Amino acid sequence: MKAKYLITGALAALLASGAAQAHRQWMLPSSTTLSGADSWVTVDAAVSNDLFYFEHMPMRTDNVAVTQPDGSAGKIENAATGKYRSTFDVHLTQPGTYRVASVSTGIMGSYTLNGEVKRLPRGTTKDNLAAAIPVGATNVQTAEVSNRNEIFLTLGAPTSTIFKPVGVGIELVPITHPNDLVSGEAATFQFLLDGKPAAGLKVTVIPGGIRYRDALGQQDLTTGKDGKLSITWPQPGMYWLNASIGGGREGGEGGPAAGQPGPERPAATPQRRASYVTTLEVLAP
Amino acid sequence: MPSGYKLILGTGAALGAAMPATAQTLNVSVAIPRLPVAEYHRPYVAIWLEKEGAAPRTLSVWYDVDKAKGEGTKWLRDVRQWWRASGRSMSFPADGITGATRAPGDQKIAFTTGKGPLGQLSPGSYTLVVEAAREVGGRELVRLPFNWPPKPGAVFRAKGSSELGAVSLSFGK
Repeated sequence: MKAKYLITGALAALLASGAAQAHRQWMLPSSTTLSGADSWVTVDAAVSNDLFYFEHMPMRTDNVAVTQPDGSAGKIENAATGKYRSTFDVHLTQPGTYRVASVSTGIMGSYTLNGEVKRLPRGTTKDNLAAAIPVGATNVQTAEVSNRNEIFLTLGAPTSTIFKPVGVGIELVPITHPNDLVSGEAATFQFLLDGKPAAGLKVTVIPGGIRYRDALGQQDLTTGKDGKLSITWPQPGMYWLNASIGGGREGGEGGPAAGQPGPERPAATPQRRASYVTTLEVLAP
Repeated sequence: MPSGYKLILGTGAALGAAMPATAQTLNVSVAIPRLPVAEYHRPYVAIWLEKEGAAPRTLSVWYDVDKAKGEGTKWLRDVRQWWRASGRSMSFPADGITGATRAPGDQKIAFTTGKGPLGQLSPGSYTLVVEAAREVGGRELVRLPFNWPPKPGAVFRAKGSSELGAVSLSFGK
């Protein structure tokens, strides 16, 4: 059950990177900048078309992990999942910056057996990939998928202990702290792919509130050689940031698994796919 | 003897003009407007001093200091420019800086050089900033640029339009 939902999340994130830009996954915190000795944040988590409206399906919270400012693990509390959204609380008890992240890695793919296209079972990893492909399978298509959807919360002054990269998938390294964003000021972030600067990475930034305007207001940005890019926020508010590589819709309509044979690929060298999502709060000056 | 006496007087006067040897005060007046609203809460107010190239100095913060379990600190971040400039690095309550919220009317507060949150002022350009944020209300910020040391009798004035009325800065000894 758990694995199924994890992959649902991964699929949704993959879909978000597709050309149609449908189904965006997000977490929306009640606040990102907090004062007081301790404080609570409530987070909505959903997969939707419009940002940030819960109108499609909830994001599963099973996989959401909290990292406290001192690097130790925190926890989510009061998690509940409804028809359109999940919600949970994070109790901030330490001064500094918290990370709330849903991270998943796995192998997705398909093969042909006796003329029939089959998908790799959910929960396939590098370790059990060989066992998942039956003898006689042809046209094996695999992709190693790393998805990260995370938000940052700061009680008191921002800190940066939690930003030590783990070296898997796409990660954000702040030059400008993500809880110190003000409209009209440029912010610089560095993106890493598997621990190295992600040069030429396409990054999309969309302000929330889509439902009540005509233009999407999307910024399409590309990182430089050093994996860095600069974003200027036209107005205060919540912004959705998405970066992905490997694109395509795994097993989806129009994808290789839908019947068009792709190039033969040895199962041992999966294609790299990764996606990154964060929600950033930009304050008024 | 008479000439020596004159000399001392002259030196004293010159020092007084260029760099006052004695403590001076910054007298700040902040008008908190009386607002005809159904639910009124006294605003949170932060007063701080900015100087280019120096860390901002928080002089005074008026908030709900008496609420149980320090709950009043929850909304300090809504005084958002001050919070970013200085507040988020402080702990609360802060001795000699924080106090209770104040009622509508002209609120006066004085800061003495060399003492408390003001400390010593080196010559240069400063900005006194007053920011007010009100629960279920708005937020406003007023800036008062001035030079230190000030000319005798100098008074600096600015005016808010919603959450703050007239704000003035004068100097005394």
